[in-house]
Amino acid sequence: MKVRLITATATLALMMGIGASAQAASTLRFCSEASPEGFGPQLFDSGTTLDAVRPIYNRLTEIKFGTTDPMPSLAEKWDVSDDGLVYTFHLRNDVKFHSSKTFKPTRNMNADDVVFSFTRMLDKANPYHDVNGGTYPYFEGMNMPATLKSVEKVDEHTVKITLNNPDAPFISELAMEWASILSKEYADKLAADGKKEQIDLAPIGTGPFTFVSYEKDAVIRYKANPDFFRGKQKIDNLVFAITKDAAVRKAKLMKGECDITLFPAAADVEALKADPKLTVMEGEGLNIAYLTLNAKMKPTDNKSVRQAINMAINKDAIVKAVYSGGAVPAKNLLPPTIWGYNDATTAYPYDPAKAKEMLEAAGVKDLTIDVWYQPVARPYNLDGKKMGELMQADLAKVGIKANLVTFDWAEYLKRLHAGEAPMAQIGWTGDIGDPDNFLNLHGCGGTQTPPPQNNEKWCSDAYDALLKQAKESSDVAQRTDLYKKAQALLVEEAPVVPLVHSVVYMPMSKKVVGYVMDPLGFHNFEGVSLK
Amino acid sequence: MIRFVLQRVLLIVPTFFGAALLTFTLIHMIPGDPIQMMLGEKVVEPARHAAMLAQYGLDRPLYVQFFDYVWHALQGDFGKSISTKNPILVDFFALFPATLELAFCAMVFAIVLAIPAGVLAAEKRGSIYDHTLMGAALTGYSMPIFWWGLLLILFFSIYLGWTPVSGRISLDYYFDEGTGFMLYDSLVSDQEGAFASAVSHLILPAIVLGTIPLAVIARMTRSSMLEVLGEDYVRTARAKGLSGFRVVGIHALRNALIPVVTVIGLQVGTLMGGAILTENIFSWPGVGSWLVNSIYQRDYPAVQGGVLLISGFVILVNLTVDLVYGVLNPRIRGRR
Repeated sequence: MKVRLITATATLALMMGIGASAQAASTLRFCSEASPEGFGPQLFDSGTTLDAVRPIYNRLTEIKFGTTDPMPSLAEKWDVSDDGLVYTFHLRNDVKFHSSKTFKPTRNMNADDVVFSFTRMLDKANPYHDVNGGTYPYFEGMNMPATLKSVEKVDEHTVKITLNNPDAPFISELAMEWASILSKEYADKLAADGKKEQIDLAPIGTGPFTFVSYEKDAVIRYKANPDFFRGKQKIDNLVFAITKDAAVRKAKLMKGECDITLFPAAADVEALKADPKLTVMEGEGLNIAYLTLNAKMKPTDNKSVRQAINMAINKDAIVKAVYSGGAVPAKNLLPPTIWGYNDATTAYPYDPAKAKEMLEAAGVKDLTIDVWYQPVARPYNLDGKKMGELMQADLAKVGIKANLVTFDWAEYLKRLHAGEAPMAQIGWTGDIGDPDNFLNLHGCGGTQTPPPQNNEKWCSDAYDALLKQAKESSDVAQRTDLYKKAQALLVEEAPVVPLVHSVVYMPMSKKVVGYVMDPLGFHNFEGVSLK
Repeated sequence: MIRFVLQRVLLIVPTFFGAALLTFTLIHMIPGDPIQMMLGEKVVEPARHAAMLAQYGLDRPLYVQFFDYVWHALQGDFGKSISTKNPILVDFFALFPATLELAFCAMVFAIVLAIPAGVLAAEKRGSIYDHTLMGAALTGYSMPIFWWGLLLILFFSIYLGWTPVSGRISLDYYFDEGTGFMLYDSLVSDQEGAFASAVSHLILPAIVLGTIPLAVIARMTRSSMLEVLGEDYVRTARAKGLSGFRVVGIHALRNALIPVVTVIGLQVGTLMGGAILTENIFSWPGVGSWLVNSIYQRDYPAVQGGVLLISGFVILVNLTVDLVYGVLNPRIRGRR
């Protein structure tokens, strides 16, 4: 009996396997790293959640896959007033919202939907403002409540957005998930049914895939939207299999239980590359890890001390030990994949002898200083402690005794923002492909009071002026020039040690066709198919 | 008997209150707040930060927050998650069936293997069987769950290819409306192969989670059995010429099982703790991994509600064990 049961189970399992391969032809299975917080694109800002809402929604503008350049999407074109304050968007008229069991759209996407989507976040009186929490962290994090003055309907397919002050990256900012366009018709129906909260739980968008179901911590299912305005997808179904452990994601990919996955452990990359059934795509991440040198503290208030420390840190050793080679040494505070990157700047060479000489010339002797290391792994810094130990050894070579210090992550950030760290590891991952998003972390906005996000507390009028001028200009060539000057100034003044830009890996089955690495670090499945 | 039941039930009140107070204190002792964790490297104005905290009522004095929380919890309102914005009960009960199913199967696996192993080891005390079984039990007990899980995946899923790596069922199966208990849902669905798939997905996680209880129960069964086997009535039974099976299996085992039942009840708490790691390794969508995430995000309502509900479950299981025990053993319920 027992034997028979086992045989029956084995047979069933075998049949299941065959069934799976027959059916999998049109299902793309992505092993994702965590559960989304929800499906409201406006409510959340974690990369995981944005990946999960991305297949469902579109924005007025979007970022061209594989680049950081904005392109038209729901808006087919736009005009900008000469003073950079008024943007007029001309909408496509052939965009249909998804249908679900409870909602069938009766009209195409129009200006009402755009106005509704923005006013929900902007206007506290909007009936949907407080639904599902009433906080819009990304919208607020990008300073939109202060930037946006009004969003108005001009006619059925034209929307006018007025700003309070010129904001050159605005078109790129509109490509972000918080600016997704929701259906007003759906919102009105839900309000009439007394089910407003469903707007973020049973999402209706215009994107390449419609939402089917979500089982928390297990699986998200989508199916191809037959009416998608850029054409129906080649795959019929998209499935996110939520798999939190990197070793398990690797195992699932190798066994064929998923077609594509992300964030492999650095140590596993070689094994994945060696598997004949797999390919591992890689791209430089839109990020930077750096070490702050507090300009308001002694002796790092002295420029030549800061330059000397820049020469004391061996970045190649960090790349090898902390990232297993999966990173490139940084010379600027801007990643090389972004436009406006200044390739002409020269990195400080690793030269302990020269550094020691410079420190002595500056009168620095027998220095003991606290170096803060990050207590958590971040995409740009995989192991703060190990990196700290390497820095400690490097600094010892130039006669600086470094004490390694850390705190709980929240406490670390709080103290760092408050300017308590003499030297600290920190970094940044870009939200948009605009240099302003990286460079505005430094400088003091024309004052002598460093804002919290300026972790090195270095102020420079010249730097602030360059950034202000660039943010207000809409001429890309002029902005590029200004940002290049700002980077050169940062290198010369050395308020931080730019460390590395980490490399991002995407392991996938060789059956996956058309996947493009996104320099912004998101994961797009539009246009991806299986052979 | 009524007095016994009342006593046990009344004990639940201070236990619950203690659990709530402890969770509340501990989670608030960790530095950082949910807003800060959400923002990461980003910075908002202190005024805006304060306003966001106020929105969740986190600006009030801690004791006010605590009593307010308890007051609402007593009415069945555990608040809303800060990260998902869903009511805690909705999030919890979406995941709890998965944990329950896994814990139940792990326990069945543990009991089915542990009791015969314990009996055999006691009966053959000092033999090679005894040493092997108890050695294996000690190894099982000492094995880190995380490592054990990955080892099994590597061997059975990758090397032999017998079992799936992770998840609850193959991605090809999908139930529109289910109870959350995958074994049941797949059995009643008309999709061919669904039940086999669910079973095959359950095997490794149940083994991993069941290993520690298996070791504990086996050792407990052995020592309890040894004690009983030395009793006069067992010697009498043997002297009467009863078969070895009747002596050990009926007379001795029945008495030896009383302490074992208590241990099984207590192991439910261990299972809930072990579920956190097991769920993470096998991408099992249960409350364990949800709770860990909530701690990382300082999602206070989720952590408080989750811990309270899980402790409620453990308390309930132990209460049931106590009551069953009282029924089985009149000496207990009579004790003052």
